[in-house]
Amino acid sequence: MNLNDLYLLSPELAVASVAILIVLVDLVVKRKEILPVLAILGLSIPCVMSISLWGDVDSGGQQAGMFGTLVVDKFSIFLKFILLASVASVILSSTEYVRKFTRFQGEYYALILFSTSGMMLLTSTTELITIYVALELTALPLAALAAFLRDGRSIEAGLKFLLLSAVSSAILLYGIVMVYGITGTTSLLEIADRIPQLDLNPDIAFGSHALLFGLILIIAGFGFKIASVPFQMWAPDVYEGAPTPVTMFLSVASKAAGFAVIIRIFSSAFLIDVLSVDWAIVFAVLSALSMTIGNLVAIRQSNIKRLMGYSTVAHAGYILMGMASLGYGSEGSGILLGPSGMLFYLAGFAVTNITAFAVVIAVSQRLDSYNISAYSGVARRAPFLAAALALAMVSLTGLPPAVGFWAKIYLFGAAVDAGLTWLVVIGVLNSVISAYYYLRIVKAMYLAPAESEETIITALPIRAALLFSFLGTLIFGIYPAPLLALARTAASAL
Amino acid sequence: MEFSGLLSVIVFLPLAGALAIVLLLKSDSSIRWFAGATSFVGLLLSLYIFTSYDTGLGGVQLVDRLSGWVPAIAGDKFAVEYYMGIDGLSAPLVLLTGILGFVAVVASWHIRNRVKEYFAWILVLQTGVLGVFTSLDFLMFFLFWELELIPMYFLIAIWGSDPKGKREYSAMKFLIFTISGSAFMLIGILVLFFSTGTLDMIALPSAIANAKLILPVGVVFAALFIGFAVKLPLWPLHTWLPDAHTDAPTAGSVLLAGVLLKMGGYGLIRVCMTMFPEVISEVAWMLAVAGVINIVYGGIVVFQQTDLKRLVAFSSVSHMGFVVLGLASVAGVSGVISPLGATGASMQMFTHGTITGLLFLLVGFVYDRTHTRHIPDLGGLAVRMPFTAVALLIAAFASLGLPGTSGFVSEILIFLGTFEVWTYMTIIGASGVVLAAGYMLWTMQRVMFGPLDQRWIEIRDVSRTQYIPIIILVFTIIAIGIYPSVISDVFSVGINDSFERMVDAYPRLTIR
Repeated sequence: MNLNDLYLLSPELAVASVAILIVLVDLVVKRKEILPVLAILGLSIPCVMSISLWGDVDSGGQQAGMFGTLVVDKFSIFLKFILLASVASVILSSTEYVRKFTRFQGEYYALILFSTSGMMLLTSTTELITIYVALELTALPLAALAAFLRDGRSIEAGLKFLLLSAVSSAILLYGIVMVYGITGTTSLLEIADRIPQLDLNPDIAFGSHALLFGLILIIAGFGFKIASVPFQMWAPDVYEGAPTPVTMFLSVASKAAGFAVIIRIFSSAFLIDVLSVDWAIVFAVLSALSMTIGNLVAIRQSNIKRLMGYSTVAHAGYILMGMASLGYGSEGSGILLGPSGMLFYLAGFAVTNITAFAVVIAVSQRLDSYNISAYSGVARRAPFLAAALALAMVSLTGLPPAVGFWAKIYLFGAAVDAGLTWLVVIGVLNSVISAYYYLRIVKAMYLAPAESEETIITALPIRAALLFSFLGTLIFGIYPAPLLALARTAASAL
Repeated sequence: MEFSGLLSVIVFLPLAGALAIVLLLKSDSSIRWFAGATSFVGLLLSLYIFTSYDTGLGGVQLVDRLSGWVPAIAGDKFAVEYYMGIDGLSAPLVLLTGILGFVAVVASWHIRNRVKEYFAWILVLQTGVLGVFTSLDFLMFFLFWELELIPMYFLIAIWGSDPKGKREYSAMKFLIFTISGSAFMLIGILVLFFSTGTLDMIALPSAIANAKLILPVGVVFAALFIGFAVKLPLWPLHTWLPDAHTDAPTAGSVLLAGVLLKMGGYGLIRVCMTMFPEVISEVAWMLAVAGVINIVYGGIVVFQQTDLKRLVAFSSVSHMGFVVLGLASVAGVSGVISPLGATGASMQMFTHGTITGLLFLLVGFVYDRTHTRHIPDLGGLAVRMPFTAVALLIAAFASLGLPGTSGFVSEILIFLGTFEVWTYMTIIGASGVVLAAGYMLWTMQRVMFGPLDQRWIEIRDVSRTQYIPIIILVFTIIAIGIYPSVISDVFSVGINDSFERMVDAYPRLTIR
């Protein structure tokens, strides 16, 4: 451990320090309004550090640190930007919401930041045990956060999240043990070196039973984190019960971090011809199931948070398409097209979902209902909120002029390039299904008569977050070039 | 890297107008005038673009091309270009959009409900349609294709004419049908791109001929074809159309029938015909049959309609069948292909746009005054609405293909082109003209002539503002009827260019 290690770790350390600072300040100040201000100001430090790191890492290059357990490359920094942007939006959206909590407002912000530091660590890890530790650092605060409202549903959400993430961690750990058992190492790069030396039997899936079990368990473990079918059952309940800003955090940041690890593990350790076709088919099937089940069940939801929960499941399916194309991709284009498509999708999905949830928080704050029917006539009571939510829905459907259009085109393109046309057929059909329920929300806002004519007032911080994410969704929808270039640079670092 | 800028201006002018309306304007009348002015400038621009297209030169003109709008993501693959241009096929359609765009705005002068949103959506819709006709990059084409959905959805769902509930259903049906079609289209586009490495719609025909496609060429063709067939609409995918038309506001119907359906026909010619001549000659018999079913089925169903708008909608189905029939002639006889049928098909798109646009406009005006579209309730309106009656009579005559109107020109071209290839189908298809004569005259009789019901004794003829769109369309219809080559020459250049591209790609074929 030396100074350079500290520099490489500085974004994570800075986030954790801000969290500790908030806990301390919380002890002495009476006016809790200062805490989010502190958090947002504090977040500028990891931001600056990340920008500086982006400049120091040459494209395609990696800087290993902390005895080879961590690596800083453009891939991880790209994801850290997504995470920092999401956490900033979550904090901005929470300023008013936290009044619901009678106590522990300081701890609320601190827990979010601790979880974020875990997620940021996740994007940089290249060693299985470190991944596990970072994952726990991410998940435990989330369980507490989900239960923060302390009513029946919220506590159920927290407990469910705690139990299921414990189970999934156990499954993951079991998978890690299997892989360690056969390769004798937990470092991803060494695993990649050693697998070709193993005496793999091409007749068995994954070459050997140990790897078969190991990889399937690892995929299952992460399946919980990214809420892909058949490991999705916690998502709708937790999304519904948790405080809405926490739901936003789960659906954006937690998902991005989960995908970051999946991409990292499978592209650095297991991207070997014998194996990749096998895990690619697993991801392809999971992708098809997630899209289809997520979308079909979402149709019947009347609670917007549950609907967004299932929508997140469906989008996990779309993103998994990128994993499948990564595995199938031939040397050359496909290798890059899948991951860069996924990174672009994650960024686009982040701005879109932040927009959607920010509106949900703002509207539900006033209407005190998460029912879709409560959104009747919102277009008249809050034109900007309605327009923003409508754009988010258009983006989630994958229509222009929103970023979701390009995101889907790139992932579908990657899959076509990898020869997964059947999966693309399922994907586009799912887009059609999703159009129906996403537009139901738009329909409620614009077509149904308003219950009252009173305008919906929104707090300034949430408006700021909303404005940024709205502009992001729109601008990257019209001119995606800069974001795509970044995603491509990031993906080529793998 | 070329950039003449003219097409970019005409495409994005309505969008800019819509933004200005949403962000800057407050009062209803200023919004109306502003939208009117925007679309009038659009009309003038489209006229200018149409007349400045040099038929002697042919090919793609007025190109706006910028690469790097969406950069290549892997290697040099998947670069989406900003690439606009017009050729003989799209130039008249741009003009058509300009005309009907202005007509639609003026015809909406009386809209009082949510004026700001209404005119904004109408204008955004025009950007979408113009973008489809001018884009030459396939993904950009697809972007505009999708862009037009949301405005049309809102136009039907909010300002639709039927009681609440039904119009929301129709709007959703329109959206789901179109989006399903375009979902398949996207697969086709992606497969083409990853097989050939280009999205340039002009270069694609030869690129496809020389590339090995990821999927069988028939499957790619089918995926793309479905997208266009839904939009056209081709039987049996047409069921959204009568609902959407019936429930759309007048201007919505005008644009839907006038230009949105043409996107389907344009796609069939630009993509299905030009890029896949071999497939199309194999499936041409199916196209001919489907086209004839459209013509005859649509024509027969019209007789059972009691709702005036539904009636026009089904006549629209019938007339769009001629486009498909004309296209089927591209099969040719033993490798010798003749551009006559395809020219007729594109001509039919233009004339149908103006004629059906006028029909919907007049029906809308009648409805505004009587508040019913139920035909048995109407009758004798000619006494009270002479101007409307004359205009409707002209539209009806044009619709049944009377010589001297534009309808005659396009249908005769289609029959000439198709007869030698699909003799029997053409003969059956020609019955569509007889059917049209029957239902159009019968409808005139029931709506405009006969005894005047006491209820309509008070109604007045169309207002002076409403003269404008009617006169524009009547003028276009008669002008083209008398001097068709002003449009058909341009189309013919476009079709000939397409045919040359087909022959370049597939040397077996020869143009007669």
